[in-house]
Amino acid sequence: MSTHDRTEPTREPLTGTLIFERGAAESRCVEAPPLDVPVVSLGGYARAAAPALAHVTEVDIARHYERLASANFGVDSGFYPLGSCTMKYNPKIDEWACRLPGFAGIHPYQAEETVQGALELMWGLQESLAEVAGLPAVTLQPAAGAHGELTGLLTIRAYHTAQGDPRKRVLVPDSAHGTNPATVAMCGYEVVQVPSDERGGVDLDALRGLLDTDVAALMLTNPNTLGLFDENILAITAAVHEVGALAYCDGANLNAILGKTRPGDMGFDALHINLHKTFATPHGGGGPGAGPVAVTGALAPFLPGPVVGMTDDGRYTLVTPARSIGRVRSFLGNFGVLVRAYTYIRALGGQGVTEVAEQAVLSANYLRVRLGDAWPVAYDRVCMHEFVLSGGTMRKEHGVRTLDVAKRLLDYGYHPPTIYFPLIVDEAMMIEPTETESKATLDRFADVLLAIAAEAAEDPDLLHGAPYTTPVRRLDEAAAVKEPDLAWRPQEGAGV
Amino acid sequence: MRFIPVTCEDQVEMLRTVGLSDVDELFADVPEAARLARPLALPEPMGEVELAAHLKELARSNAGADDVASFLGGGCYDHYVPAIVDAVVSKPAFFTAYTPYQPEVSQGTLQAVYEYQSMICQLTGMEVSNASMYDGATAFAEAALMAARVTRRGRVVVSGAVHPEWRSTLATYVEAGTVTVTEVAAAGGVSDIAALAASVGDDVAAIMVASPTFYGRLEDLAPLAELAHGAGALLVVGTNPILLGVMEPPATFGADIVVAEGQPLGSPMSFGGPGLGVFACRQAHIRQMPGRVAGRTTDVDGRTGFVLTFSTREQHIRREKATSNICSNHALNALAAGVYLSAVGAEGLAGIAGACVAKAQYLEQALVATGRFERVHAAPFGYEFALRYRGDVAEMQRALLDAGFLAGLDLGRFSADDAGLVLFAVTEKRTRAELDRFVEEVGAL
Repeated sequence: MSTHDRTEPTREPLTGTLIFERGAAESRCVEAPPLDVPVVSLGGYARAAAPALAHVTEVDIARHYERLASANFGVDSGFYPLGSCTMKYNPKIDEWACRLPGFAGIHPYQAEETVQGALELMWGLQESLAEVAGLPAVTLQPAAGAHGELTGLLTIRAYHTAQGDPRKRVLVPDSAHGTNPATVAMCGYEVVQVPSDERGGVDLDALRGLLDTDVAALMLTNPNTLGLFDENILAITAAVHEVGALAYCDGANLNAILGKTRPGDMGFDALHINLHKTFATPHGGGGPGAGPVAVTGALAPFLPGPVVGMTDDGRYTLVTPARSIGRVRSFLGNFGVLVRAYTYIRALGGQGVTEVAEQAVLSANYLRVRLGDAWPVAYDRVCMHEFVLSGGTMRKEHGVRTLDVAKRLLDYGYHPPTIYFPLIVDEAMMIEPTETESKATLDRFADVLLAIAAEAAEDPDLLHGAPYTTPVRRLDEAAAVKEPDLAWRPQEGAGV
Repeated sequence: MRFIPVTCEDQVEMLRTVGLSDVDELFADVPEAARLARPLALPEPMGEVELAAHLKELARSNAGADDVASFLGGGCYDHYVPAIVDAVVSKPAFFTAYTPYQPEVSQGTLQAVYEYQSMICQLTGMEVSNASMYDGATAFAEAALMAARVTRRGRVVVSGAVHPEWRSTLATYVEAGTVTVTEVAAAGGVSDIAALAASVGDDVAAIMVASPTFYGRLEDLAPLAELAHGAGALLVVGTNPILLGVMEPPATFGADIVVAEGQPLGSPMSFGGPGLGVFACRQAHIRQMPGRVAGRTTDVDGRTGFVLTFSTREQHIRREKATSNICSNHALNALAAGVYLSAVGAEGLAGIAGACVAKAQYLEQALVATGRFERVHAAPFGYEFALRYRGDVAEMQRALLDAGFLAGLDLGRFSADDAGLVLFAVTEKRTRAELDRFVEEVGAL
């Protein structure tokens, strides 16, 4: 037998070495095409010193990013039950479709007759989203959910202003996403917080007490961020309308209700839809997403332009609504994302889209029940597509925080749920399995969370030190702020 | 097609575990009157073969960059995207990941963001870059809001030489808030410095310009910086990241915030989106900066690692007091930009930008020489320029489309003042042969 050590030899860490530190001074990848016209200098505007960029060959780049990718966790890596983010599987045909040269290679200012296919796709998507929303008019412009919120609220503001009745306040439940109050502030309104009742819904009496003719809108996520459908929704929207205010729906949780109920039918006047959640477009490590907004006929004239319309002779054309708030971005929207969502909807059809909601809700409830014995559910009732556990008891009894549980899950190969949100639940852990996970996956995950609960009782320090198996372990976030290092500079690098 | 792996048998068992007998019981909280009593009226589902054919058909009915030679720009450009870029952004571990909230399993995204930020700082000369915004227009609008926070002033002065869609986006963003905008008409395709000076006072948070301007012209930034700083205001400069390969960066002249449409850095045109909002500023102003930012630090074992930092500015912590409501950004486009800039390097970028500039000069001279176009602006330009067409622009564009060209951007669609002007963008993809053939076609009009 050899005397060599059988344990794994030391490998280069996957991350930490920057692209600037790879390659060599003479390394090149893609060069500019040979110049076939006379050289021109920018004279006094010419750049004096070249920027310090990487000097690498293509293989350096390929390996560098392959290493980085290996240190990442995506939906294709494994179960990603990140509550409120709807991390469902992203079908590969969507990726193929958005790269077709007739989609990826067109310019937003081309003459309409040269982009009829693209406009037809956008029109079809507008129609499908309007049907799902139960609201007749749709703009595809917003680039993300928060951008949709801004668009929706500015549209509402323009509507009130046009009525000669500009208002001052927007009501937001205490369980809302942070983007909601941030958007309200950007739109020049005062934020007023609405408390939740003991069942996790809007406290109807408190809401009525806050409603008056200075209220422009209620921004509500339904199902809400506790994963609960507000049973009083019709009474809520009616009360809002009674004082002349409008009801805005944050569509972050639309995945739960597709084909079962529609925001328009609940009495909402405006809704943004996160295509990167409900309609399976990928999150891209933080974006791009898309946040189309659907509104009532009364709000339609105020939507940002342009939207896609159809002429009498069946051609597709870009139109700006009559009393539009203006642009919220350049060009027409995140078209590449729109292609993916359109593809997904055409793959599923009406029945398939409804099955998405049914399975997403069933899977969440299954996990809720499987975990409920060891993990207190914040509001223990039938949930929608997600539910919130509280780690408050575990913290009191074992000194183990939800953060520790999340980090321990990493060792077991799972992306943790959303933690410490919503803010109204102590040590919150919000779990959203989505419809694209098998029962076997859900069972394994439940077993692991139960095992971690046992670990917490037996060996709290095991959890305090987790994770142990990830490319890096817990990072010093305080140092990152105290001694900010936000960009590499050449003097630090070797060989540049 | 469906993407649900749960079997019917599993479904029954899951329902039993939950204590229900029918899926509809899960939706008991939905009031009867709000339930959808009919199936969703969406188009019939398609299998993958059928769906692929349908999409190909839709795509084929558009005239794409492979079919026509394009001179369209105006913020979206037909640059070559190296094959390695798509190979990297197509890696599922990048594109199927969420925002890197769990840094231990997101080091790939976080390091790529840190590298992107570093490259943007190199290109623009600024000290700090954020992790990205949606596009150039929203980055520009957010820059105005940031300048107002930094200076505690409420008015921005915007040059009319800035892209009209950026100005329009800014107008929408500030419409509801406390910031007001004064627009100062352009002169000769660049800012009218005298007119800007006349409208600047001690209530001004920022002077906002672009170089190159919407008309492709280069601004003399030094006097603009002097004007802004003399009034205690910031100078916000929009720019083109490719051109920064050969153009002195805005930081040299004293820019405080630099924004750009980053689509030319490795993102396809894709009908105008998703693009990339480049946003860079001074370190001193970082606590007023919108958007995410990644920083380098170490883990408990002393290994180098990366985290999202300065998060106390952001909506998930600060809620209504956040510097912006932005949450999702354009991370994947930022990744593409990082790969692009690594692939071409400083030398390649200078070569590409130089080729664009040289070809634009070549075309400009040749078009003027045909006698069909005349010059209207005198300032130097990068790789985009506007000329007045002596004739009907729409007719000219139609005729040249038949000849296989997207013959520039009709500026009359943005402003009646610019009626008759056509904006041409010339990228490194255009060959001399294409330029010559285009000029020939113009001459034959």
